[in-house]
Amino acid sequence: MILWQLFISYLKIGFFGFGGGYAMLSLIQNEVVVQHEWMTNAQFSDIVAISQFTPGPIAINSATYVGYTVGVQGGGEWMGILGSVIATFAVCLPSLTLMILVARFFLKLKGNRWVEGMMKGMRPVVIGMIAAAALLLIWPQTGGEVPEEERNFVDMWSWVLFGGVLVGSWRKINPIHLILGAGAAGILIYYVLGW
Amino acid sequence: MPRLRTIFMSFFKIGLFTIGGGFAMLPLMEVELIDKRKWIEKDDFLDLMTLAQSVPGPVAVNTAVFIGYKVRGLRGAAAAILGTVLPSFTIILCIALFFANIRDNRVIDAAFKGMRPAVVALLVFPVISLARKVHPALIGVIVGAALLIWWGGWSPIYVLAMAAVGGLAWELLVAGRLTQKDKEVKR
Repeated sequence: MILWQLFISYLKIGFFGFGGGYAMLSLIQNEVVVQHEWMTNAQFSDIVAISQFTPGPIAINSATYVGYTVGVQGGGEWMGILGSVIATFAVCLPSLTLMILVARFFLKLKGNRWVEGMMKGMRPVVIGMIAAAALLLIWPQTGGEVPEEERNFVDMWSWVLFGGVLVGSWRKINPIHLILGAGAAGILIYYVLGW
Repeated sequence: MPRLRTIFMSFFKIGLFTIGGGFAMLPLMEVELIDKRKWIEKDDFLDLMTLAQSVPGPVAVNTAVFIGYKVRGLRGAAAAILGTVLPSFTIILCIALFFANIRDNRVIDAAFKGMRPAVVALLVFPVISLARKVHPALIGVIVGAALLIWWGGWSPIYVLAMAAVGGLAWELLVAGRLTQKDKEVKR
């Protein structure tokens, strides 16, 4: 049952995943954190962080990881592996069918007014979706106080690192280096210095 | 006709070496698919990139399906998709199997405490840089969509559907008249 829900969720994510990686995060977050509560906001950030320094698209990485985590909750390691296969397959299925249709009718679709119109409408919304994902990571929409281990911002240093990475992105530093740098800073601040 | 194993291996290589996903894979794809295998021409490749971004789903997977299908039909598409996905699937599964055991380690915990706000910053940056390129009148749409999803708890799917309908209505009802007026003024 839980595996079926997982399949449907990732099918939806694949089918409505307009605008690439970061925009898909909003969909993944909505399905996995908000609607099904399969993981917390902080766990979700952990996956995004891991995705930054491992190969492959974020959507695939998250599907594999979430599939495993959800499957394990349903009954052990093998269910976890089955869950990761199901979620990864489900997120690819819409791409497979839609792109084959596109490959067959490639030229007819280009410059079609219906397609152009829908794209024009969705473009600003995709930006809003990324913004919503970020806002949810900063201020989760749950009633009451969120326990510290489930928060993304725990103290002043969180905001310092946030600002630093924002400036780093501005100066076009590679995101892999920024994430690994923030991890190293985290070890220094919270483990070595123990603040 | 290329062998399925060749298609699989080409996309496996692309999948393995595109850390961070998305546009990091473009240079490698150009070398592998255009220069080395000659499965697609440079101009067609640029068109394909635009197309792969307009179709839902990860851009890397969309590109793989298109090229695999073009050179070897349905089986080619399957081989390409498998090649793209397998490296990240294997690595993430290993991390998932292993991560639960080390997650409570104090060093790992400290590292993730540092990385979480960094992830949020990586999301905020594209919002700012993309919003600056958008027509000012559409900033309201961006803010509205963000608020509906974040504050209103709406599923992004509904917001996307509304935007598609709105964009279509604009294109068919308003944009058509605007260009007609343009023509009349020019006359």
